[in-house]
This record gives sequence, C-alpha cells and structure tokens, in this order.
Amino acid sequence: MRLQLAKKMKINEAKAYVAEKLGVTLEELCDVVTMSEIREEKGLGLAHVEPCAEANAGMAAKFKIQEILDIKINSVEKFRERAGL
Amino acid sequence: MEEKKFFTRMGDGSIVYMTENQIRADIEEGVKDAARRGKIDPLTDDEKEALYQIITMPGSIVGVEPGMQIVTSNDSGSDKISTKCGIPTSRDVNAMIHERLLGCDSVDIGYSDYNYKTVKGVAKREATVLKQALNQCTMPLFYGAMPNLGFYTKPDGPVENWAVLLPEGRIDEALKAQEEAVDHAVRDIVYVAEQMNDVGADAFMLDTSGAAGDADFLVALKATEIIRDRFPEMPVEIGMAGEFVLGMHGKLKYNDVRLAGLYPHKQVKLVEQAGASIFGVVVNTNSNRSFPWNMARVCTFVKACTDVAEIPVHANVGMGVCGLPMCENLPSDIVSRADKALVEICKIDGL
Repeated sequence: MRLQLAKKMKINEAKAYVAEKLGVTLEELCDVVTMSEIREEKGLGLAHVEPCAEANAGMAAKFKIQEILDIKINSVEKFRERAGL
Repeated sequence: MEEKKFFTRMGDGSIVYMTENQIRADIEEGVKDAARRGKIDPLTDDEKEALYQIITMPGSIVGVEPGMQIVTSNDSGSDKISTKCGIPTSRDVNAMIHERLLGCDSVDIGYSDYNYKTVKGVAKREATVLKQALNQCTMPLFYGAMPNLGFYTKPDGPVENWAVLLPEGRIDEALKAQEEAVDHAVRDIVYVAEQMNDVGADAFMLDTSGAAGDADFLVALKATEIIRDRFPEMPVEIGMAGEFVLGMHGKLKYNDVRLAGLYPHKQVKLVEQAGASIFGVVVNTNSNRSFPWNMARVCTFVKACTDVAEIPVHANVGMGVCGLPMCENLPSDIVSRADKALVEICKIDGL
C-alpha cells in the first residue's frame, strides 16, 4: 500500500520491491508466520501480537518502514519536523 | 434427471438457482453489454471460463490463489464502526480496530457527513482527529470525503440548482451554475487538503467522484492537480461514483477530453494526468439481473481499465457496485467470488 501511494507501483511491482528490501521471497511476503517474525525482528509494527510491550507500533514503526523501504512518509516527516528531530 | 442447478444470487441479493447453460448465457450477455457500451474488447473464452468456475466453485467463501493477495483502501472506513454500527468509539480508535483487528491495509478518517463542503467548516478539528490517529497507527491513513457538487446549490449552497434549471429549459444558466459550483468545490477541497497535509496525512481520498455528473468529476481532477502541486508529499486516491460519467453539463473538458460519457478505461487516464496515485474503479450493479450477468460486465469493464492503467487500480466493491448486490448486509459467498474474479481475471491492484 505504501508503495502504491508513494511510487504509484502496481501490486506485483510493489510486492517485488518490498520483498527485495526485506530480503524475503514473494511467497514469504504473503505468509503471515514469516511476516510476523520479520515485522517483529525489524520493528515494523506488530501491535496485536504478544508481547506487545516490546513491539513497535504507530509512529515508531513508521520511522522504521520509511527507512527500510526507502520512501517518504508524510506523517513521519511532519512528526520529525514538529519534534525537531 | 433434472439438470444440476448452482446457488447464486440476483443483483438485489436474493437467492437464485441457475443451470450451467443459464449461467454461461448470462456471462455471455453481460460481456457483450459491457463491450458494446464501453466500445472495449470482450473477455476471452479463457476468461469467461475462469469466471464460470469462480461462480460455480464449491464452498461458501472462496479465496484467491496463493501469492495473489492484494491490499485494501476504503471510504469513510474509520467512521463506520461508530456511525453505522452504533458502537461509541472515537475515530482514532476505529482506525486502530481496522488495523489490528480487521487486518486492513489502510483506512480513512472521514466526517459522518462525508463531503468536503461540510468538512471545510470543521477542517482544523478534523485534522486534529487525523493527527491523533496518525501517531497511533502503523498503516497508511487517508483523510477522505466526497466532492458532492450537489451540495453547492441553493437554498443551502451558493449557486442556482441546475437540476431545477434544466427541466425549465434554462440551459445556459444551468451550465453556468455548474461551472461556478466547480470553483467553489475545488477551493473547499484544497483548503481541507492543506489542513490534512499540515498534520501529515499519508494520503487524501476523493471518494464517489462524479456523483453529480461531469462537473463533479472535473472537481476531483482539478483539485487533485492542485493538491499534487502544492502538497506533493501527500498522495491522492480518486474513487468513482459510477461506471459512466453523466453529462449533467455535457461540455466540460479536462486536458481537452470531454468528461461526459467516459467509461473506466478512459476515466483512469485523466486521473493519471491529474496526478493521483490510485484510481477507484466502479461498475454499477443491475439489481434485476443475476450475479453471473453483473460480474461478467464488471470483469469486462475493469479488465479494460487495468489493461491501460499506469497507476494502481482499486475496485470499489461495496453495496451495489462491482458485482455486489444492492443490499445492506452483503453475503460473503458473492463478496468473495467478486473479489476473486477481480483479482484473478481483472488483475486489480487493490480493493
């Protein structure tokens, strides 16, 4: 979804881009078990899976997503401006 | 022995049982109807066979082949839990429910009176709700509403009502009124967009565009062009109101293309030119015809659209559009079949 918005990529191109950035196969990208581990490991947001206390969610996760996917996320940039980061 | 009949539904949601021959005949007729109206290619024999298999597939709920999963966007999503279901939750909480319980890929924060003319008066407060939600959610959050040009007519709007003027034969006044309304609506939308960009909206949604005809679609295109120029960091999605742009004005053009009468495969090209990131395609459901007939039309129109689209296409699959029945409680047997056909046959990028 982020790639469709940021780079106007169609679904297959977007999936290939994300898979490459995360170092997973297309099959793994669509697999909930693999992706739960990847999201947890890379801090990409996993707020509904315990232990929630250790997981990134919301803005913290979006900072990581922006960095790993090499895209600009408007909410992250505005937050950064406001926080003086 | 009686010929086997398959469970399916009519466009109003009522149950109907059809034989293989009846289903195939309706598919054929639906494809022809779309091809004739849109002046587009019909589905191939393989695609029609794939659609027949999806319609008659065993199981209440069907799914796409592994690896063909797509993403979702929506309209007035974050408001539906409170406004439609009557569950008293705030919209930032609704957005988190969509993310963490419903598994959505994005959602929009929208006002219960889902149009930009109304939102303009409370835009700063709406932006505050969006800002709270943006801090809490990981998935992309849109701000969304409809251009809804009809709201700009008297007595509660600033311009004369063209729906009153046209039957009276006051054609020039009706055209002028629509042109004036376009300017008002574009100004309101861009104003709201600025407030949402200020708090970091991940994207901006112009939903049900073209609902009041060609002038309404022109508003969406013009507003998108300005938004993309002034706030390039905020992508835009334009979702349509119907399969066909009604010529309420009839002479309006965008980049030298007349808007009246455009079908999805031509709508998407203008949406691209305006700078939008995603196009929300719509095909209307005929409630008097069967699901096979409706879905064959949908697949023909949507495939013609995705064939030429250079931006992602999300199919609008809600009540009364893209094959879904015209009823409030949508049956999952039809929803999942429509989704599967849209993904596997039409190659859509999202729902």
